[in-house]
Amino acid sequence: MNIVVCVKQVPDTWSERTLKASDSTLDRDAADAVPNELDEYAIEEGLRIAEAHQGGVTIFSMGPPRAAETIRKALSMGADQAVHLVDDALAGSDVLGTSAAMAHVLGRIGYDLIILGSESTDARTGVIPAMLAEHLGIPQLSYASKVDIDGSKITIHRQADYGYDRIEATLPAVVSVVEKINEPRYPSFKGIMAAKKKPVQTWSLADVELDPSQVGLANAGCEVVSFEKRPPRQAGTVVSDDGDGGTKAAEYLASRKFI
Amino acid sequence: MAEILVFAEHDGEAVKKVTLELVTLARKFGEPAVVWTGSGADAAQSRLAEYGAAKIYVADGAEFDDYVVAPKAELLAELMQQKSPSAVLLASTAEGKEIGGRLAVKTSSGILTDVVGLGDDFVAEQLIFGGAITVTAKVRTGTPIIAVRPNAISPEPASGAATLEPVSPAISDQAKSAKVLERVVQQRGERPELTEASIVVSGGRGVGSAENMALIEQLADSLGAAVGASRAVTDAGWYPHQFQVGQTGKTVSPQLYVAVGISGAIQHRAGMQTSKTIMVVNKDPEAPIFELADYGVVGDLFKVVPQLVEEIEKRTN
Ligand SMILES: Cc1cc2nc3c(=O)[nH]c(=O)nc-3n(C[C@H](O)[C@H](O)[C@H](O)COP(=O)(O)OP(=O)(O)OC[C@H]3O[C@@H](n4cnc5c(N)ncnc54)[C@H](O)[C@@H]3O)c2cc1C
Ligand SMILES: Nc1ncnc2c1ncn2[C@@H]1O[C@H](COP(=O)(O)O)[C@@H](O)[C@H]1O
Repeated sequence: MNIVVCVKQVPDTWSERTLKASDSTLDRDAADAVPNELDEYAIEEGLRIAEAHQGGVTIFSMGPPRAAETIRKALSMGADQAVHLVDDALAGSDVLGTSAAMAHVLGRIGYDLIILGSESTDARTGVIPAMLAEHLGIPQLSYASKVDIDGSKITIHRQADYGYDRIEATLPAVVSVVEKINEPRYPSFKGIMAAKKKPVQTWSLADVELDPSQVGLANAGCEVVSFEKRPPRQAGTVVSDDGDGGTKAAEYLASRKFI
Repeated sequence: MAEILVFAEHDGEAVKKVTLELVTLARKFGEPAVVWTGSGADAAQSRLAEYGAAKIYVADGAEFDDYVVAPKAELLAELMQQKSPSAVLLASTAEGKEIGGRLAVKTSSGILTDVVGLGDDFVAEQLIFGGAITVTAKVRTGTPIIAVRPNAISPEPASGAATLEPVSPAISDQAKSAKVLERVVQQRGERPELTEASIVVSGGRGVGSAENMALIEQLADSLGAAVGASRAVTDAGWYPHQFQVGQTGKTVSPQLYVAVGISGAIQHRAGMQTSKTIMVVNKDPEAPIFELADYGVVGDLFKVVPQLVEEIEKRTN
């Protein structure tokens, strides 16, 4: 089984994230870069499925040269090979451009199963998995907290507000995962050493014959008009509990008409 | 006047509050035309009329319930073609965004998610990086597809005809490729939904155990609130994951957020710091969550919360 896991490098939440004044895109130099956390769960799930069903795992990332670090980390967890789509023309792509480019490259790589995180911590749109399913015309199995594969049949638990839905489809399919699905492994020393020798193909738009007029900031479906830092919240009242903390809290809630 | 399509979220009977918020917002820009999938439109008609819906397109087919997301996007794409609306509004929930994303691909339109306000020419306000930055953005290709965060707009009544118009689109086989076998309801109850609730009470590691989450539920019930949890709590298995608030959980923006036994790590704050009012109970005065507190009590939650519940019940009875 041919499994492709899509991973994205994102700025670390702990560092201050900001937009560039020049073009209102993410200032990637200002923050430390890490793999999107949910994508580690996607990699883990891909590896487990590959182990159980004699498959291979290819990592796919679209992003600046620096995303190679994230790809190495994924390889050190145990993936077999990787494809990195890098091109200056991709900078500033919105979800329309990103999903179109990803779908195009996924078509070149070939797949039985595509696994993603359900959301990235920077964009937080959570729409890429659904958009890929739309582009590729294959089943959308998103927000999965459990995946079972039996031959070409795939069943997942799709997380919902009230619990979950059990969903069934036939491969090939797009799956996106939530944190509860597994516990990602840490790369072993052996894994880290082996990753250095694993094949990574670096492709440009020209390499994959992708039309630049579909991607990048200039062709995005949306544009940022302006942005500003929000003022910090005003300091509030803090009291110590001297046996009447609950009563005081209730008084506050009453004064604000919550009760 | 051009139509604004508003995709309704409902539970088969009652329309969700966020849809009334969207109808309220749509009125500023044109004629609100609600799109309803599945059953329940008859029952919801009067409520939608009270908020100014002009029409309700009703697609009462089983396929919308039986398959994941894709049929809803197909329906909207067909309506967009027939009605040429000036925008499509959806709730910025997991499913609302997915429908919007697929629709964006089908119609080559730009999509904006997590929108908290909408001005002239559909210039949208968004909060990014956990509410640290406000962005204004607009769609420049196709028809704007805009996913609006629940609780961002206050629903205001206005009268509308809310005429029911049945529509029966042909849904392709391809859209029926992910089949719902079963819906498993784990948590029922009278509590409002987390992202929709006007009040959310969340428990953190300080709560100490799954059993003790009952204390959080009691406080929530005394306020008519939804229950949330930090990741420490969902990781420990004390409460189900779908109630997690934060960067890898739900984003909430209620009128009141009560954080109990939560330290306020940046990943938790990312999901709640745009709440209008924040109350904190924590025994550590240095806990970063106090930086966000409009009102904070430094104390043991096992003393403060029961007293608070008792006091609320006294005042509300
Ligand atoms: C990539 C990533 C994503 C993450 N996503 C999320 C997310 O979506 N949501 C999330 O919440 N976290 C998330 N986290 C985890 C986050 O970093 C914190 O670890 C987590 O929020 C801590 O939860 P907590 O505040 O309940 O626990 P702690 O940090 O352990 O805090 C417990 C608090 O309870 C107080 N306390 C203890 N006993 C009592 C008592 N008897 N009375 C009163 N107070 C008491 C303590 O003083 C302390 O402040 C994420 C982390 C990473 C790395
Ligand atoms: N540039 C990218 N390269 C590879 N995968 C991506 C990229 N952008 C998004 N993804 C995948 O899509 C998921 C959802 O991202 P998003 O829809 O942007 O919140 C992520 O968890 C990744 O698995």
